[in-house]
Amino acid sequence: MIKLNVNGQIKEVDVDPATPILWVVRENLKMTGTKFGCGVALCGACTVHVDGQPVRSCSTPVSEADGKAITTIEGLADQDGTFTKVQQAWVDEQVAQCGYCQSGQIMSATALLKKNPNPSDDQIDAAMAGNICRCGTYVRIRKAIKAAAGLSSETQEA
Amino acid sequence: MGKWTRRAFIGAGVAAGGALVVGIAVRPGNPVDQLSPLVAKGEGEKLINAWVKIDAENIVTAIVPHVEMGQGIFTSLAQMLADELDADWSKVRILEAPADAKYSSSHIGREFLAPNLEVPEILEPTVSGSFLSLATAMTLQITGGSFSIRGTGQRAMRTAGAAAREMLVAAAAEKWKVPAAELRTENSMVIHDKSSKSEPFANFAEAAAEQNLPAKPTLKSPKDYKLMGKTIARTDIPAKSDGSAIFGIDADLPDMKYAAVKAAPVVGATVESMDASVAKNMPGVLQILNMGDFVAVVADGYWQAEQALATIETRYSKTEGDTLDQDALFARYATMLDEAGDSEGDVETENGDVTNAFANAATKIEAEYKVPFLAHATMEPMNCTAWVRDGKCDVWSGTQSPLMARKTAAEVSGIDYDNVTYHNAFLGGGFGRRSEMDVIIMATRIAKATQYPVKMIWSREEDTTQDHYRPSATSRFQGGLDENGKAVSWSNIHTHLFDPQEAPTVPYYKIANHKIRKIDVPTHLRFGPWRSVDHSQHGYFIESFVDEMAHAAGKDGYAFRRELLAGSPRHLKVLDKVAEMSGWDQPLPAGHGRGIAFVPSFGTIVAEVAEVDMTGAKLKVKTVYVAADPGFAVNPDGFAAQMESSIAFGLTAALYGEISIKNGAVQQSNFHDYPILRINEMPDVKVEIINGDHKKLGGAGEPGLPPLAPAVTNAIFAATGKRVRELPLSKAQFT
Repeated sequence: MIKLNVNGQIKEVDVDPATPILWVVRENLKMTGTKFGCGVALCGACTVHVDGQPVRSCSTPVSEADGKAITTIEGLADQDGTFTKVQQAWVDEQVAQCGYCQSGQIMSATALLKKNPNPSDDQIDAAMAGNICRCGTYVRIRKAIKAAAGLSSETQEA
Repeated sequence: MGKWTRRAFIGAGVAAGGALVVGIAVRPGNPVDQLSPLVAKGEGEKLINAWVKIDAENIVTAIVPHVEMGQGIFTSLAQMLADELDADWSKVRILEAPADAKYSSSHIGREFLAPNLEVPEILEPTVSGSFLSLATAMTLQITGGSFSIRGTGQRAMRTAGAAAREMLVAAAAEKWKVPAAELRTENSMVIHDKSSKSEPFANFAEAAAEQNLPAKPTLKSPKDYKLMGKTIARTDIPAKSDGSAIFGIDADLPDMKYAAVKAAPVVGATVESMDASVAKNMPGVLQILNMGDFVAVVADGYWQAEQALATIETRYSKTEGDTLDQDALFARYATMLDEAGDSEGDVETENGDVTNAFANAATKIEAEYKVPFLAHATMEPMNCTAWVRDGKCDVWSGTQSPLMARKTAAEVSGIDYDNVTYHNAFLGGGFGRRSEMDVIIMATRIAKATQYPVKMIWSREEDTTQDHYRPSATSRFQGGLDENGKAVSWSNIHTHLFDPQEAPTVPYYKIANHKIRKIDVPTHLRFGPWRSVDHSQHGYFIESFVDEMAHAAGKDGYAFRRELLAGSPRHLKVLDKVAEMSGWDQPLPAGHGRGIAFVPSFGTIVAEVAEVDMTGAKLKVKTVYVAADPGFAVNPDGFAAQMESSIAFGLTAALYGEISIKNGAVQQSNFHDYPILRINEMPDVKVEIINGDHKKLGGAGEPGLPPLAPAVTNAIFAATGKRVRELPLSKAQFT
């Protein structure tokens, strides 16, 4: 049994410690917001936070999260469903198209703004270059991050 | 998105609590007793023929027969229906139609549809004449061909909304004993101004359902639109921003197991032998299946299945395709084009006397262009979940063709069609890839072998190597100019691997003599529709050659196209708009360039200008200007989003997109060798929409793509004098 802290809740899972975090949250914990895209940390669809740092969950063994806090897309909004500034900006700027990569995009953007509340355009591009969007929502992702940054003094994460 | 529930539909289209359901269920000839057994079958999914229902809480639900793959179609179609109905948008809900042929059958077509409706060629194989085209297409529930708004929306959703409105008004007129003409509707209320009466639609729903369905309800004229033409927030975006949106890959069933698969790398090969001695003892492994054309490992978890699959050693049978390499294929194209000479091949269009006109031309231009195979690379890898047991079959996936998925699952499982239920979810990208049935077939075969529910997920490597590719192609042109630099002849011959075919023709360009031919090149590879289909190749070929002709004529690319479009005011307006937006006449710094391209496709006229910066180590596409006339943009921001998306998709292909073949198999495997455009490479995109004809609408999902590559390569020429005749640009060291 491995004990995990996921979105503030303690979960016990019976898996091989080498299992990537991605499959543990999706299959064992039934939280499917985190997506499988490439399996080799090239696309960012599987991005989650481990102790606040964005990591590619498809390539990170669950054993590495031992004693650490995992945050998935499901853990961002408040209990009552109120979106974070980043999520709300995603809605306001009408970012998502197919939406498949957007959990990962939002997790990367959230981590960026936490570290750098007022990122420049180049800093946004650099921080988000690991997240592929096949629908090409990049123009709106930039806008949404800037919109969220405008309110960033209160930007927070669950 | 709602779910189908038993409560939703009762009796002849009248739901509990006095709901009105407009659809063929309320029409004579579609008795309820015939439908009820069907409605009673599926689990949590009751099927009925209906487009709109209104419940006791005055909630209007639009039932859309198309799938959501990022194009915002749920919202736009509901907008069209709700506008004609005068519904309160805040009380509109959207439901994806179930996969059943009884849904949106040809009855709707016979009743409502105007003849002579143009249906995109992609749907033609399913039809037998234009009158039934749309109905049959709707029955098949295909989402593709940039068709949903201009076909289903314009003809069915609006009509259904207008019909429901007239039925509600008729019911209110009877109840209030006033002439229907004195009633009006607004915000889901029926209003009688004279008596100051107003009541919600819901109060008349039951009586309205008893009204005759109007055969030809009156549609609004654009001045009366309240929702159409307005930017309305997409209803699916919140769920796509908090992880709650359910895609095909998120299907979940009790005791479900997971399958990893590996298909024969060369299409047509079979598994000759396999050594699974290591895999079978690995943790979690339940079954190892040699399916002939692929190997599947079924395990408790997907990762376990993948790990085990990786240890299996497989030998495949030899096939004729084994010797094929990409260079040899292009050489084959060249040989066949050489052999076709000036006269062989299938003539697609011919006008005037090209041979004579070219021979007598003052200036002669010739060029050959090449493009490679392309994969779709949807972000959600191919997947499908199936459960075959006790004479029943359930299948979960995200497909562009739900009804075909159900039919396919029935055929493969051997289970009676009525006992097969197909459950569709959001598509994590479609782009044509999810119109193929391969994953439905594979998952159903696996589930038939296991008898327990199995979710099959393709690795990214399988997704890349087992696609149905956009064909590679070679196209050759000869163009003639007279002494004034006017185009007098246009001759084109190109290779052809995959239907449909409309893109090579250029009827909008006024060139007196033209002839376009194709030659078929058989290969063992699989092809399929890829966003904008053959316009993706021919848009690049044609607009590159037009630019070459302009240069040879000593004319500016914009001015030269203006000449060719003389007499086509809608086309000119789009071209002029993009020139104006981009500041076409304004000087640029050295090493920078602008390129223009113009491609009407899928009913929408699009012109684009790309501005490139060639001064750095890598090509930088700074800005892309898009002017588009889709007739009428139902949701302008949604339309703009599709243009932005097409720019990104087209630029990925132009810069990097290349699938190549070696020993009959695809060489690329994942995003390291099949790169996708990233945010730091994304240009600014400026979009302007022209509403040029509100009666005949164009599509949105695809027409933004074809002009992108030639706009970029023409810009490179403007900046550097180098003409790019082969894609991707990475081959020419521009990236």
